[in-house]
Amino acid sequence: MRPEVIFNLDRCKGCGLCVSVCPKQILWLNEKVTNIKGYHPSGITDQSKCIACGNCARICPDSVITVLRHKEEE
Amino acid sequence: MTQTQVVYERSKGLKDVETHYCPGCHHGIIHKLIAEVLVEMNLLDTAVGISPVGCSVLAGDYINCDFVQAAHGRAPAVATGIKRTRPDLTVFTYQGDGDLASIGAGEIVHATMRGERFTTIFINNAIYGMTGGQMAPTTLVGQKATTAQGGRDPLQHGQPMRMSEMLSTLDGMAYCERVCVADVPHLTKAKRAVKKAFTLQQQGIGHTFIEFLSTCPTNWGMSAVDAGKWVKSHMTQVYPLGVIKDITAKEST
Amino acid sequence: MKKELWKGNEAIAEAAIRAGCKAYFGYPITPQNEIPEYMSKRMPESGGVFVQAESEVAAINMLYGASAAGVRAMTSSSSPGISLKQEGISYMVGADLPGVVVNMMRGGPGLGTIQPSQSDYFQATRSPGHGDGHMIALAPASIQEAVDLMWDAFEMTDKYRTLVMILADGMIGQMMEPIVWRHEQPVPEVDKPWAADGRDGDGKTHFVTSLRLQSPANEQFNLSLEEKYEIIQRDEVRYEEKGCKDADIIICAFGTTARIVSTAIRMLKEEGINAGLFRPITVWPYPSQQLKELASQDSVKAVLTVEMNLGQMHEDVRLAVGERKPTPFYGRTGGMVPEPRHIADRVREILREVSK
Repeated sequence: MRPEVIFNLDRCKGCGLCVSVCPKQILWLNEKVTNIKGYHPSGITDQSKCIACGNCARICPDSVITVLRHKEEE
Repeated sequence: MTQTQVVYERSKGLKDVETHYCPGCHHGIIHKLIAEVLVEMNLLDTAVGISPVGCSVLAGDYINCDFVQAAHGRAPAVATGIKRTRPDLTVFTYQGDGDLASIGAGEIVHATMRGERFTTIFINNAIYGMTGGQMAPTTLVGQKATTAQGGRDPLQHGQPMRMSEMLSTLDGMAYCERVCVADVPHLTKAKRAVKKAFTLQQQGIGHTFIEFLSTCPTNWGMSAVDAGKWVKSHMTQVYPLGVIKDITAKEST
Repeated sequence: MKKELWKGNEAIAEAAIRAGCKAYFGYPITPQNEIPEYMSKRMPESGGVFVQAESEVAAINMLYGASAAGVRAMTSSSSPGISLKQEGISYMVGADLPGVVVNMMRGGPGLGTIQPSQSDYFQATRSPGHGDGHMIALAPASIQEAVDLMWDAFEMTDKYRTLVMILADGMIGQMMEPIVWRHEQPVPEVDKPWAADGRDGDGKTHFVTSLRLQSPANEQFNLSLEEKYEIIQRDEVRYEEKGCKDADIIICAFGTTARIVSTAIRMLKEEGINAGLFRPITVWPYPSQQLKELASQDSVKAVLTVEMNLGQMHEDVRLAVGERKPTPFYGRTGGMVPEPRHIADRVREILREVSK
């Protein structure tokens, strides 16, 4: 299973709720990046550790995050 | 061959627009829950939401169903006018604590008394958001507000009002639950509560009322993350989570 | 057509139902209690909705909701209750919503008295609620007229998406008069594509609201109201005039006061004084042009206003007549009803003054 987490960066308000609910603690607000609204948007540090639980997407008040699970089939 | 499962994506029950809500405001999360339930129950075409005066006055610009904006506190009366004349529509109000518990206290009591068959979504963040942080009927003792700068004082301001418990003393209340969206397990439970309320509305058994303990990071003077924690550490002490009334629950023997 | 004896309040309620009203929301207040009482039985009988609201505030908001969902609905009250409704009325003006509001005026201000008055004229014609905006205000002078005007009311409110107020007084509500039912059919339903009664087929939503936070957009909306009102002022003025041609004096009065004035006019006629009655039926839009023309006749020495208040329609009369002729006033207020002989006395006094 390969998770994919997609961020709609310009919709992010940098609230940090997603960071606080990630069970793998692999989300962060990148202070080196500023989006179109002037916020530091969230991003993923290590996609390989993601378990596609969807917590981040579920708590995001702005529906910034899409979480997909790709299953390779033989 | 790759099969892709969508674990989570933006709900079709939301319009694809940005909201004006503050970063981390729970309105965004609660709007999503309502939107998802409306999609799952196939109610987007026949739902009518009633937005209050308050931060969520523009809810009709965000949730993808018909909306009517109501005067401050009057949403239960507006909902009565719609649901009585068009009982086929799924009608829900969305009110803050000033709207419902202060100016609208009379309207919600009477709508509940009459068992009006619409659903109230009550957003309790213990403060007046839109107008800049004044004290609300649900502000906690000691909690600071711009009109109670030393904190709520029971001698001057009385104790906060538990609307769910108060309204549940009325026979017209069919289902009343208090929830929050401060973390994913809680928001999952909250979504089930909303779904239950809309399901019971379709059965026409009486008034359904879901109280959301919510945040106001801006006027509480906290980060969004800390505000969510404050809901769990402080608000739930005064406003316990759980089902307050359920007339459909079987009596335990 | 068969004549039937009806009490005013009940006739108005029955007329509303026959004209096609599908929902009534109201609250008890004297002197209109018979309206909610009658509606509580007759509305459900006719397949409509009746709710005794918890207050006049709740009632107007229920009307707002039903109207927003495209349903033909109404409310009724009396002066203090109409004050309570002003917020809701303003919201309905701001959302272009139809609806009918009946005001059985009583003596004010404040709790006042339960006897009739006409002291809510300003409230009805100047500004039904805060902000720019108007409602069409109809002033019946008899139960028959009140009944007939219900059809006009429901037709105009849907046609113009503008509130219509039936501005009556306690006499009309409480007395009994013989009437005939002139209309057999309700007012035809109109399409309401703007209503919040479910999404359109293509998923388009409707948001009924009076909030327009961007001032340019809000100004545009207010200008659109002005456009609506210009059409109404052009097309919907209703009035009655009797004996104004070549009259010595024109007496302006509305509602039941006009009938008392008619008696005074008959008394004056016996003395050789030619007094004409000018009776607006729409007090908004006011028949200013028609009054101005009649007042301009050479024979007319003065235009007297008689009403049950301290002088409210009087201002509209003065605006219409201007400096052309003297515009004196006679009124009783606080629930007192003028007597024909006192009106006749005032007319004689005026004619003496102007001939000096």
